[in-house]
Amino acid sequence: MFLDVFTALCEGFLVSCEIFILTLVFALPLGLLIAFGSMSRFRVIKSVVKFFVWIIRGTPLMLQVMFIFYGPGLLFGWRAMERLLAVLIAFIINYACYFSEIYRGGIESISKGQYEAGQVLGMTKSQIFFKVVLLQVVKRIVPPMSNEIITLVKDTSLARIISVVELLFVAETYLLRGLIWPLFFTAVFYLVFVGVLTVLFHFIEKKLNYFRV
Amino acid sequence: MAFLEVENYRKKFGENEVLKGISFSLEKGEVLAIIGSSGGGKTTLLRCLNFLESPDEGTLSVNGETLFDAAEKKQYSDAQIREKRLHFGLVFQQFNLFPQYTVFRNITLAQTLLAKGEIRAKKRAFRAEIRALPATARKARKAEQKQELVQLSGGLKERIEARALQLLERVGLLEKKDSYPYQLSGGQQQRVAIARALALEPDILCFDEPTSALDPELTGEVLKVIKGLKDTESTMIVVTHEMEFAKNVADKVIFISDGVIEEEGEARELFENPQSEKTKAFLRRSLEEDFE
Ligand SMILES: Nc1ncnc2c1ncn2[C@@H]1O[C@H](COP(=O)(O)OP(=O)(O)O)[C@@H](O)[C@H]1O
Ligand SMILES: [Mg+2]
Repeated sequence: MFLDVFTALCEGFLVSCEIFILTLVFALPLGLLIAFGSMSRFRVIKSVVKFFVWIIRGTPLMLQVMFIFYGPGLLFGWRAMERLLAVLIAFIINYACYFSEIYRGGIESISKGQYEAGQVLGMTKSQIFFKVVLLQVVKRIVPPMSNEIITLVKDTSLARIISVVELLFVAETYLLRGLIWPLFFTAVFYLVFVGVLTVLFHFIEKKLNYFRV
Repeated sequence: MAFLEVENYRKKFGENEVLKGISFSLEKGEVLAIIGSSGGGKTTLLRCLNFLESPDEGTLSVNGETLFDAAEKKQYSDAQIREKRLHFGLVFQQFNLFPQYTVFRNITLAQTLLAKGEIRAKKRAFRAEIRALPATARKARKAEQKQELVQLSGGLKERIEARALQLLERVGLLEKKDSYPYQLSGGQQQRVAIARALALEPDILCFDEPTSALDPELTGEVLKVIKGLKDTESTMIVVTHEMEFAKNVADKVIFISDGVIEEEGEARELFENPQSEKTKAFLRRSLEEDFE
């Protein structure tokens, strides 16, 4: 009995991890793209991107998951998509928008003087970005990023709203059968996961402590 | 023709005309001090010389070569501007050192990147040359090219590093070479910034109020370094509020007020015998401030 539950919980946890990792892999670069869009010199691009980010940050992630999963079918009569895919699309877009704001804050916090110092020393735009600005931005965004990423761990449980069999969904099925202890186990899974991430981010912050911006 | 010639530089920000036709010239090895009350356009002028701003009108030449002509500025590519601005160096009021690099790396970074860029460009040119050759001639030419590349890159790193050490010695910070900027005082940071600007061997080094961001007790060490450069044939333009310094170190002085050169002349002459009423008033005011 115990072993069956444990195995089921582990499988659920793997699905949670899958959502977590795939969201990160796609949302981190997409967020940078959105950040550049929201800082664009072209007014139209800037406004459109900012409006989009406002919509995404202004509505619950749960709503977005439901919309992506049910929306196309109800609006255009499309065939229902894979549940996990719907979750991933919603998560990636949502987190990319949050990340974009963090990137933007980081990039805009670098003083104009850093760019100009690079310029008068004959550096190219890309040299200035990669050799001068990037590491300073990274240093600034590690703390807010680590908050957001830890939130993502727990947000994976929202996938259960469209019946994706992730960790909390599994625990819930046992709960409905009258078993409470899998719920505690679930908590331990999340805690360990978050604990590992916390240590990792702490390590990165320490690594970047050798200079000050 | 003088070493540096600035002709009729004009710059507007929106409706606000900040430079209203600035012309001056400077000989090689001369030091020019620019004085004037704040908002007069001194920073804008230095930024124009360093291609951080693009004047609406005017021309600029160094050593007989026209570097900027407002009539043609639309045709300048990014790469051309980068090349042109290397004739100038700029030391900022706020130092703007790169915080993530050591003092040493701050000085060598730009030069290293430039050298790498040159080698990459050379390799590209060589490859194109090979493609254009008949197959039989390629091998021999390739060997020659290899030789040339070795000559170009050989000892490059060592030369850049040796020069950085030499510059650090000149600004008196050799023992700080492995420190990070946050570990230095403002005066030391500014001296590193000076070494960094010198590393690229600009024809003309510009300073924008290099001591204004410093505590009074630290201004001396920076001014001393700048003064020391005078003996090495460097051509310099120094925007400053340090009137004593301007008087003693500069060869020429320009007084800028509201975007025009109100008065210019030989340093001692201008300070001791100013002609314009505005200059007199300005000098009187700065003298009073020094007393306070
Ligand atoms: N990028 C800019 N955009 C708009 N106005 C500017 C800009 N840079 C400078 N100015 C204006 O130009 C005038 C001269 O400024 P500045 O060159 O900094 O004078 P100074 O260095 O002599 O104090 C000021 O009125 C300032 O507000
Ligand atoms: Mg100024």
